[in-house]
Amino acid sequence: MSHTFYIAMSYGLTALVILSLIGWVMLDGRARRRELAELETSGIRRRSATHSAGETR
Amino acid sequence: MRPALIVFQKDPMTESFAITKFSDLANPTRFLALTARILPWMAGITALLFVIGLYLSFTTEGDYQQGDTVRIMYVHVPAAWLSMMCYTVMAISAIGTLVWRHPLADVSHKAAAPLGAAFTLIALVTGSLWGKPMWGTWWVWDARLTSVFVLFLMYLGLIALNRALDDPSRAARVSAVLILVGFVNIPIIKFSVDWWNTLHQPASVVRLDGPTIDAEFLWPLLVMAVAFTLLFFTLHVAAMRNEIWRRRVTAQRRMAARMAGKEE
Amino acid sequence: MINLLLRDLKLSVRAGGGALIGVLFFLTVVAVIPFGVGPDLNLLSRIGPAILWIGALLSALLGLDRLFQTDREDGSLDLMLMQEHPLALTVLVKCLAHWIATGLPLVIASPLLGLFMNMNEVAIGAVMLTLLAGTPAITFIGAVGAAVAVALPRGGLLVSILVLPLAIPVLIFGVSASYAAVEEPAPFMPPFLILVALTMFFAVLGPVGAALALKNAGD
Repeated sequence: MSHTFYIAMSYGLTALVILSLIGWVMLDGRARRRELAELETSGIRRRSATHSAGETR
Repeated sequence: MRPALIVFQKDPMTESFAITKFSDLANPTRFLALTARILPWMAGITALLFVIGLYLSFTTEGDYQQGDTVRIMYVHVPAAWLSMMCYTVMAISAIGTLVWRHPLADVSHKAAAPLGAAFTLIALVTGSLWGKPMWGTWWVWDARLTSVFVLFLMYLGLIALNRALDDPSRAARVSAVLILVGFVNIPIIKFSVDWWNTLHQPASVVRLDGPTIDAEFLWPLLVMAVAFTLLFFTLHVAAMRNEIWRRRVTAQRRMAARMAGKEE
Repeated sequence: MINLLLRDLKLSVRAGGGALIGVLFFLTVVAVIPFGVGPDLNLLSRIGPAILWIGALLSALLGLDRLFQTDREDGSLDLMLMQEHPLALTVLVKCLAHWIATGLPLVIASPLLGLFMNMNEVAIGAVMLTLLAGTPAITFIGAVGAAVAVALPRGGLLVSILVLPLAIPVLIFGVSASYAAVEEPAPFMPPFLILVALTMFFAVLGPVGAALALKNAGD
């Protein structure tokens, strides 16, 4: 008996999970970048742009 | 504290990535600049390795005993390895959060948790798909499977905790404590599950160990393992970058609201 | 420290403290099991120790979220954070008080429930002994979960989710030891001693972790 079904399933599901991870990370990144750009155009800048040190928040 | 750490900064391309990340912990802005430079490279190398790994894993011969199902190993073993490595990365970041209070360490273990859960899920699903033709059942309460399942539950608990707390830095510190307590516990859980399993070992289960691994299987396994590891780091860095952006957006929105409030 | 112990005990037995809810829950869970698996006395006596242990584990987790939350609400948690004693010691005392109020009643109630499960005297004694040795470990490790979730409005369910995977070793060795006492070939002492060792280990890890979490959950 060949086990093609199980092999295909495991590779397929792995690909599905990994691709959805990649998709999530990329879409999330794109959305954040867009939000940052929107904020930028509306004239809000990071504190570090006016002060000196780089700070997350 | 910050400038002292920047001194350790070396050429990022020659350093191994973990070290770069830690030497650059000091400053999220530098981190962002760095990721913008190396992310395409990492993604490219990962893709290349996956092409080679997949080619190797489908062209090498099957095992005489297990037939083609041995190919499942090429995704199962790397995923299982990553599920453990990811927790180690999270534990190291948790120490970074609690001891040095670096914002980047906070971001690191927060971004790693969903990735770890995903890879653990892959390990569980492929293990189950491997078990069905080999053992004749989808799930056995085998010691290894069971401890990986417990690990999966721990990842999900951490994600749930992170989602439940809305102040990001407090969430990071609190979940760092939990990560470390869990890290100390993992060997105990493993040990007790082994004990429990030898107590209840069903006789019919065929164990999949022994010296079946020879060079024929080793190469694809090795390449796939490296590919998976790189994939993890690529995704981790990208997710960290997203998380930093997310925090900036929230901070700037809050600032905008404050400014708007002042003007009125 | 003694004062803290007495104060916590008083608070938990007072109305609204919820110490007896745990025993009631234990009683209800164990009483419901036969309706699920059927009234076969042989089967019940075989799975009895396991059911008692699972019931005790769940009931011990039930009241854990209140461990620090009441103190946070009335402000005494801030006082504890400012004390000169190490916070871990304070947490240890609070855990002990919590265990006396909720864990000990479970241990005392277990023989009665063992009779319902048609367990023999040796099995009942073994379950009681292992519960006595094992439930403190659940309280200690649960303290970490309670401290982590202290700031959450509805942390109760989350505490259980976070703590249950960590409590698996306690369950395994508790149940193994109880079975080893009944079934002949297996020796009773090794799993029991490991259980005791786990309790002692968690008695250190739990308060230290909980203290760390409490310090960080502030501000």
